[in-house]
Parts: sequence; structure tokens; C-alpha cells
Amino acid sequence: MRVLVTGATSLLGRAVATQLRHRGDIVTVFQRRPSGLGVVEHLGDVADRAAVAAAMAGAEAVVHVAARAAVTGSWAKFEETNVRGTQNAIDVAREAGVGRFVHVSSPSVAHGGRSLVGAPAGSADPDRARGHYARSKAQAELVALAANSSALAVVVIRPHLIWGPGDTQLVARIVSRARAGRLVIVGSGASLIDTTYIENAADALVAALDRAPLLGGRALVVTNGQPRPVRELLNRIVIAAGLEPPRLKVPYKVARTGGLAVEWIWEHRGREDDPPMTSFLAEQLGTAHWFDQRETRRALHWEPAVSLAEGFRRLHAWFEAEASGRSIPGPEQSEHSRS
Amino acid sequence: MTAGPTSPATLPPAGLAGLEPQWSRLVKTPGLNGVGRTWHVLDNQVVDATLTLLCVHGNPTWSYLWRDLIALAPSSVRVVAIDQLDMGYSERTGTTRRFEQRIEDLCALTDELDLAGPVVTVGHDWGGPISLGWAERHRSQMAGIVLMNTAVHQPAGSPAPGLIRMIRTRWILEKACVATPTFIRGTMALARPRLDRPIRKAYEAPYRSADRRTAIATFVEDIPLREDHPSRRALDEVAADLDQLAKVPALLLWGPSDPVFSDLYLSDLASRLPGSEIHRFSGSGHLVPEDADVASAVHAWVAQLEHPVAPAAPPSDREPLWAALDRRAANNDVAIVEMGSSGVEASVTFAELDADVRRLAAGLADLGVAKGDRVALLVPPGIDLAASIYACWRMGAVVVVADAGLGARGMGQALASANPAYLIGIPRALAAARTLRWPGVRISTTPLGPARARLLDVRATLDDLRRRGERRPAPPTPTSLDEAAIGFTSGATGPAKGVAYRHHQLQAQRDALVDLYDIRPGDSLVAAFGPFALFGPMMGLPSVVPDMEVTSPGSLTASALAEAVQAVRGTLVFAAPAAMSNIAMTAGEMSPDQAVAMQGVRLLVSAGAPVPAAVLGAVGELMPDAEPHTPYGMTEVLLVADISLNEIEVAGPGNGACVGNPVQGVEVAISALDSEGKATGPLTGDSGVVGEVCIRAAHMREGYDKLWVTQHAASQPAGWHRSGDVGHLDDAGRLWIEGRMQHIVTTSTGPVTPVGIELAVSALPEVAHTAAVGVGPAGTQQLVIVVVPVAGRRFPGLADEHLTDTVRGQVGPADVAAVLTAPSLPVDKRHNSKIDRSRIARWAGRVLAGGRMGRI
Repeated sequence: MRVLVTGATSLLGRAVATQLRHRGDIVTVFQRRPSGLGVVEHLGDVADRAAVAAAMAGAEAVVHVAARAAVTGSWAKFEETNVRGTQNAIDVAREAGVGRFVHVSSPSVAHGGRSLVGAPAGSADPDRARGHYARSKAQAELVALAANSSALAVVVIRPHLIWGPGDTQLVARIVSRARAGRLVIVGSGASLIDTTYIENAADALVAALDRAPLLGGRALVVTNGQPRPVRELLNRIVIAAGLEPPRLKVPYKVARTGGLAVEWIWEHRGREDDPPMTSFLAEQLGTAHWFDQRETRRALHWEPAVSLAEGFRRLHAWFEAEASGRSIPGPEQSEHSRS
Repeated sequence: MTAGPTSPATLPPAGLAGLEPQWSRLVKTPGLNGVGRTWHVLDNQVVDATLTLLCVHGNPTWSYLWRDLIALAPSSVRVVAIDQLDMGYSERTGTTRRFEQRIEDLCALTDELDLAGPVVTVGHDWGGPISLGWAERHRSQMAGIVLMNTAVHQPAGSPAPGLIRMIRTRWILEKACVATPTFIRGTMALARPRLDRPIRKAYEAPYRSADRRTAIATFVEDIPLREDHPSRRALDEVAADLDQLAKVPALLLWGPSDPVFSDLYLSDLASRLPGSEIHRFSGSGHLVPEDADVASAVHAWVAQLEHPVAPAAPPSDREPLWAALDRRAANNDVAIVEMGSSGVEASVTFAELDADVRRLAAGLADLGVAKGDRVALLVPPGIDLAASIYACWRMGAVVVVADAGLGARGMGQALASANPAYLIGIPRALAAARTLRWPGVRISTTPLGPARARLLDVRATLDDLRRRGERRPAPPTPTSLDEAAIGFTSGATGPAKGVAYRHHQLQAQRDALVDLYDIRPGDSLVAAFGPFALFGPMMGLPSVVPDMEVTSPGSLTASALAEAVQAVRGTLVFAAPAAMSNIAMTAGEMSPDQAVAMQGVRLLVSAGAPVPAAVLGAVGELMPDAEPHTPYGMTEVLLVADISLNEIEVAGPGNGACVGNPVQGVEVAISALDSEGKATGPLTGDSGVVGEVCIRAAHMREGYDKLWVTQHAASQPAGWHRSGDVGHLDDAGRLWIEGRMQHIVTTSTGPVTPVGIELAVSALPEVAHTAAVGVGPAGTQQLVIVVVPVAGRRFPGLADEHLTDTVRGQVGPADVAAVLTAPSLPVDKRHNSKIDRSRIARWAGRVLAGGRMGRI
């Protein structure tokens, strides 16, 4: 299959492009900066329709990973990349006669700040989604699903909290906070959180691509199906990086209120750096977020191949290799995937 | 007849919660003198129905009460639920319609509806007698009677409910029923739990203004409290004619927390409809169709009416429960010894016990106790308890054994549900009975002064009965098919359930025990576990209960046990697991003499709950010639399987606790679990199949007392008992118990059972106790392990990464989402050893959803 992967500099885009290529698909990638993947590459912004059209020429299928996943920034920026970018990709796909379109979304498009305990995927709802990122992704998902037709099978995959070696988002943020002594446990640290090891998420996207004609119009949450207390997750990532686990505990309400204040300051001052706490982050850390995976696994004929325990082993090995070689990259504000 | 407001019948407005517009229709009946009446009726209009449910509401509800009955109806069942005239959305006639008129109205309506074929009437409140009046006029059509919280008669010697008498006061009647919606709102407020607002609004919808509420007052006024009331004769006729419906199956569904229709009326109806099935929804009240799932109950009952179960084969002949006593009527060997803190306190020979039982049996009959009457026994194990029980059995009374292990509240619920006619108790129990208003005519075990007797409302003492019995001929003995006893489950989940046994089932129980443990003359019984104390006289063995706090088996010390063994030269020792642990811990306190006495014990049995093999072994060491055993069973089938300590070691570890091979005469089969953790599979004896443990034996319970729904569900297929335990059989035919059905963790990859996991984790040196529970929605639950570390914990919390990894390593393939630590785990009251996993699961669910740690 001739597949275009957008956002191939992100952890997920890179992983899915690599897997497709290894199994013999003809892969083209499209993003703003060179990926170094050694495949046919088009550089450009998803908000630029002409650039998208040039990249998609001849593709039979699209895996749309590209998104703005930053913690901060104005609504306009999120809207431009996530909503308009998706609209462009969908429009061009229709015109170019693409048959399959796998859109990467996020479980946060369907949920507010409540605890999610074995939750179903639910419908994307921009009015309920919290924060610029989730709201823009909710709109983008609706745009993508609305285009599903007998000619173009659109499948939405919502991976929750992707991580793995080379992750410049979740893992890098946690590690850099831990280094700076700014990593805290919110509440008791017992809230169960679902995460997704990078290879499993990429496998799920490939499965969705293969089964797209049967799944058109569906939105599926993808996780490892192994929720863990948030404190255990943070500790294991930090320990994998060779650091001491965090000791400081902050009550949930304090963290959330503090997060709201920080967001307000960052937004009003136009700061683009990583804030110490946001209300979204406090909610992510202080409430349960785990999902019912039965429907996803039935629909995709997919099971996570890498367990959490194996994932942490690989992460630790990667950190050790990094420590003996080059330094670890910090967080970046480019295109990437986030849950 | 006074002229009241009139208005035509209408269809209900759209949007009433749970009500489908297509069920509603208006039906016109011709009526007298050409005055037609129009009715609102809910009708699912099934064509070619095999059966019709005719549902009649009371005051002040309307057909809305029966919406679930329509929603859940199978495709072959027609459900017709009427709004009485002047009620709901039926016509406001401007007339006063009395009881008899309402029956005639209903007959006219069913003629118009052309209600042919078999009918089951369903009535609630005042709809009860009206539906019965209809039934008596349509006997040939009657396939069944269902009644809920209603009455046809004021039981003799009881006042009418105070609430009704108060509302009947003229000015309150007008104010509460018509001028204001107080009576409707008051009725809605009786719902437990509270009704959701949309449902309350739907009930009130047809009664929004005073001119639509007139009939609410007339209904209340039509209750014939006095002899000269115009409706009195008609109601008495309905009550009197009930015997004509005696052959019609009946189901009484009852919410006992009803300020008007109390258990008194349930008993009255049950006596008028002999053979009726009863389900008493503990905790539910007057609005039982709202409080409990009566719709499923009715449909399950109706379904089995259409497919009757073949009657069970008659039981084989065994000797009566008192036969061994009879044979020893001239035997002067000691039968029962009572121990106190300073040694033997009292004893009785077989000859004395047999004579006492005969005297008491005659004395009970003289007092008025009739065959089939229930007699509650609130007496600790000992001579009085044994004499009372065997006396009851000899004369056909049914003993109700609510043991103190249920706690005061549990005992109260148990007694309210069993509703004994008599209550024999020690003074302390009689005082509790008075304070907590337990039912039954009081009989005291000990003589009381006149003032105290009056205070405790005591009708007689056991000594009175003995005297009266001397002068009276022996009452006839019951047959083996008569009811003998009501025991109670421990009520770990909800209120204790009454379990009914007939004589032949207890006889089979006795014979199974004798066979299993090869009990023979020369044996003597030391019963440190309540139920087994009763088997001594039944088997003709001397017996003794050691000095211990009955409600706290853990209070039994090794020396108290040894003293009891000495007293009867005991060869058989039965003890509860909690007692076993304490015996092992206090072994050092025994004197050399006592240690020698223990050498005479040939059998040690730990019964009542699972016991750790280590504890069994430790106590076994005190009795070098005894083989430690532990039977597996439950209140419903006391003896299912048995295993010795040696056999436990041979079986080794596995998924669950090995309880041994089924004992002689007991069939064990497994009903396999589906992916949701429900036991839906057909019964199988194949090894390795995990599912609900199902049992069939001559000594199993007859049924549950006034719990038809529970009994029906636990008796599938017919003749079997579904135990509620989950387990499997192995290649050697041994049964392994993996937990309770409601404690199965339903993960997305299939059901996971707790016991095997708990045993594996508890085997870790750093872990004292373990609970394996599920959190999250059924079918996609996560497995969570809660441990009590040997090192102790002051507060609950998350386990550290090291302990978490260690625990996960023990659990095997199932994914453990979290490991929590706690200072202790909650256990049941009666046995002090069954972990309350449901409670732990609720706590873990809160904590892992981001809630506060708090306490379990």
C-alpha cells in the first residue's frame, strides 16, 4: 500500500512510518522538518493546503499523526494546526481518491475533568473537552469522521499517554521535572492511569489501516490495558532514567487551583515555556483515567505486544545507552502526538 | 352517592419516565342504565397470548405502578394494567364507588377487553382485595394470584394501622387526600430508596388538582374498620371465599418496612392462601414495585407456572431425630455436660434428657404450640437448648435458630423474617426481644419473679412447661416430611437468609456425619462449634460444650478445651477456625493432666469456615492420635466435602483451596463461568472447568424461607443447590474452592478468582493477610491486591515498588493494576475469618479513582 504518514518527526509518526516500511508498504512522510527516516519526504505545514496536496499525490492511504500538542499557546495556533490541518488533509484525501484515512486523536476529546474508570470511548465533544488541545482535537475528530464515506474509510484512533524510548513528551517532561526537583505526587498518587507503549500504539494504527474498510466512521481508544497508580508510573519512569523517585506530595485541590492560576499567567504573558503545573495536568495526575479496551481489541484484531514491564526495561536500557553516549533531548514544541 | 367533579378519561401526557405511549388506550364500558364509563388502561395488546396478567393498583397510585411488568414481559404474555375509575387517567365519574362496585366495574371492563384464556391477577394495596374479588368471580380462568403489601382482613387481636385511623379523621381526610397532595406525596416518600424526581412527578401527574383527587379520600374512607361499615360485608365475603381459590398458585411479594401493611398481614394472607410462595424483600416498603425488582420476580414465577417441576422422589426411610434418645430412655450414662469457668457446672443423663424432652413436648402442646408453629430458640448451647429443640421436634414445632453470631441487628432481621409464634430465651435474650420488639410468645429458660416476668412479657418458663407436660398425654409426632428447622446464612452480603429444613433432611444430615467420620458407640463429642453441639443427642453420644463466649469462638483456650475433653473423655473435637487459632496460641497453658486427656481424641474437625493448614496442624499436634479434618459446607448443605490435613499436603498448592472429595451421597457439579463471570454453563463433572459449585444431596436444605426469588435462582436446575461458591474439580475428583461468585474479578481477558491468588501472596514471608479484588465496571475490571504486611501498617496506602513487584511475581499471568497495603482486613462477624472482599473492593475502587485513602 502507498501510505502517507503526517507528523513523522513525532514519536508515534516515526514509529508507525518505520513499521509500515518494514512490512513492505511504500511510505511517504510529511512534516515541517526532516525526519531522517530515509523515505520519500515532503516538508511543509499541514495548515498549507497546497503542501498537503503535493505530499498526498498518489497515496492510497493516510495516517494523520501531525498535531500541535503543546501545553501552552493561543487557541488560534491549536485551531490552525489541529482543526484546519485536519480539514486540509481530509479535503485533499477526498480529492486525491485516497481510500483509507486513519486519524490520530486523543481520549480527552470526549471527557471532562471527571475520573474515568473503565470508560468507553464516547463521542468527541468540543464543548466538554478541556483546554485548547483537547477542544481543537475534538473539532478535528468531528471533521475527520464527517468525511467517512464508502469511498473514503475514516477511522479514528485515540491512544492514551504514549511513551517509550526517545519520547520527547511525557517521559522527557517527567524526567526534566524530576531533575529540577519539580516533580510532585498529586493527591495519594493512587489514581489508576492507562498508558500506551509506543510500539503498541503504532501497531494499533497499522491494524486500523488494514481494517479501515470494516471500521469506517469508528473512534477507538487505544491503551496498554494495564492501568497503574500514577505514582507507580512516575516512579518507574524516573527510576528508568536513573533518578530518585519524587517525595513531595501536593493535595489534589491545591494542585488544580495552582494549575489554573499558572495557566492564566502563562496565557496573559504569552509565555511559551513549560509551566510548572496546569489544571489539565493536575486532573491527569489526580483523577483516574482508564478505559474499557474490549471493543477496541475486537474491532482492531490487535493486542498490545509489549507489556508495561517490558516497556520499562526497554526505557531503562535506552536511558543507559543515552547516558553512555549523547545527552537526552529536552521537550520541544513542534509537531508531535500527545494524548 | 354524592355528586363530585366529573371529567372524561384521557391518555397520559407524553414523556412520563419509563412509560411508552403505545401501551395506553381508552376503553368504554356500557355501565348501568346506559351510563357508560371510560377507562385508561395500559395494555401491551399481545395477540395469541398464552397468559394475561391483570394488574390492579391501589390508592393513591395508578397503572404507572406496573410499567416495568409491561416492559419486561415475554412476547407470549399479555399485560393489562388498569386505572380504576376516578383514579389515574380514567374517567372522573362524580360518584362514590365502594369496594363491591369497584369489583363489578373491573368485571365489566374485562368483559369489554374480552379477557379470555388463563389470567394471573396482580394486586397492590387496595388493588389486592379488588383483584381477589375479580378472581373469585372468574375462578375457571385463574392461573395464579400475585399480591403485594395488601390485606383482606384485620388479623384477630390487632388494631388497625394507626396511620390509617389518623387519616380517617374527617378533617384530615379532606385536607390530606383532596385539598392537598399530601397523601400522594406521603405515599411516594415511603419508597426505599427515595424515588427519582421524574418518577415522583409521573405518579402525581394524574392528581394535580383537588377535583382529580376526590377518589383518594373515598378510597381511604372505604376501608371497613368497623363492623357496620357499608363495605364490610363485601370485604368479608372476599376473605371468606378465598378458600375457593386454594388450588390456584399464589405469590406474595412483600416490602416489610410498611407502616400500614406489616408482616402481620403477610402472615394472615399466607394462612388464607396455603401453599403460596412468598418473597419478603428485606429493606423494601409499601411501594415494593418501586423498591424491588418485582417485575422480574413475577415473570420468573409465571414462567415456572407454565413449566411445572416434577415432584421430587420421596425420601428414603430413616429413623426420627429423637430415636437415639428413645433407645436410651433407661440409660444412666451422662448425655450432656455444661462447663463453666470452674469446671463442670451441670450434667444430665440420657434417661433424664429423654424424660425432659417428653415432658417439654407435652408442655409446649399444652401451652398451645401446634404442629408447624415456629419456635425461636435464643439459648446458648447446653442442656436447656438440647431439651427444647428435641421437644419441639418431637411435637412437630419448627425450631428457628438465629445464633448470636449474627449480631443484634442481624438477629432482629432474621426473627422478623421468620416471624416465630413462640420465643424461648434466656433472660438476657428476652430483654433484647422486648426492647427490639422481636416477635413470639415469650418462654423463659429460668424462673423469674412476677415483676420481671411481667416486664419481659413472659407467658411461661421451661419449668412451667415441664409441670404442665407431666399431666398431659404425649402429642403426636411429626412425619419426616414436616418442616423441622429454620437456620440462617451468615449474611455477609445483605441480611441473613432463612434456610428451611425438613425432618428427613436433618436425618440424612445426621447419617452423613456418622458415615463420614465413622462415628460409633463409645465416641463422645466436644462441640466448640455451635451447630455440632446438637448432634450429640441425635447420635446418642455424650456431648459437652467447652467454657467459651458463644459469640466469640476466638475466646476458647487450649486448657478450657482440654477440661471439656476430660469431662466426657472426648474422642471427637469440633471447633471453628477462630477457636483453632487461639487453641494453638494458648497450648502452653495446658496442665500435664490435660495434655494426657487430649491423647484420647481420635478426630479433630475444624468447621464453619476455611482454616489455614498450619493452624490445623498446630492444634493437631496437641492431639497426637487425632487426624485433623476440615469439612466444606454451608448453611444450606452442611456437609459437602471433607479433607484431612494429610490430604491437604498431598494435594499441594493450586488455584484455590482444596476441600477434598465430595462425601458419600453428595453430588458436586460445576456450572461454567462465561466471559462476564456468570455461571451460565450446564452442569458438568469434568475436571478443570471453573464455575459455580452446584450440589445435590439428601441432606440439603428444603429452600429459603420467604425468599422465593432467591430460592428459585439457587435451585437451577431443579433439585440442585447453587452454592454461590466458585471452584473446580481436579483429575482426582477433588473440589477446589476459588472464592464467592460475587467476588469474581471480571477482567477484559476473562474472570479471575481470588482465593488461589490470595493463598499465593499470603505465602510470601512479608505478607500476613491478602485480599484479591476487582475495581471498575463488570467485564473490564482491574485486579487489585490488598495486603496486610507482617511488619504492620498504621494507615492504608500504596505499596512501594519493591513489594508491588514481589506481589505481582506471586500472582502469575493475571495483570495486577495496583497493590495496596492496609493495617487489617475486615472479616465477617459469625466466623471471624471470612474476608469481606466486597467492602474492600468498594474502598479500593474509591482510592484508585483518586479518592481519599481513609479507612477500609
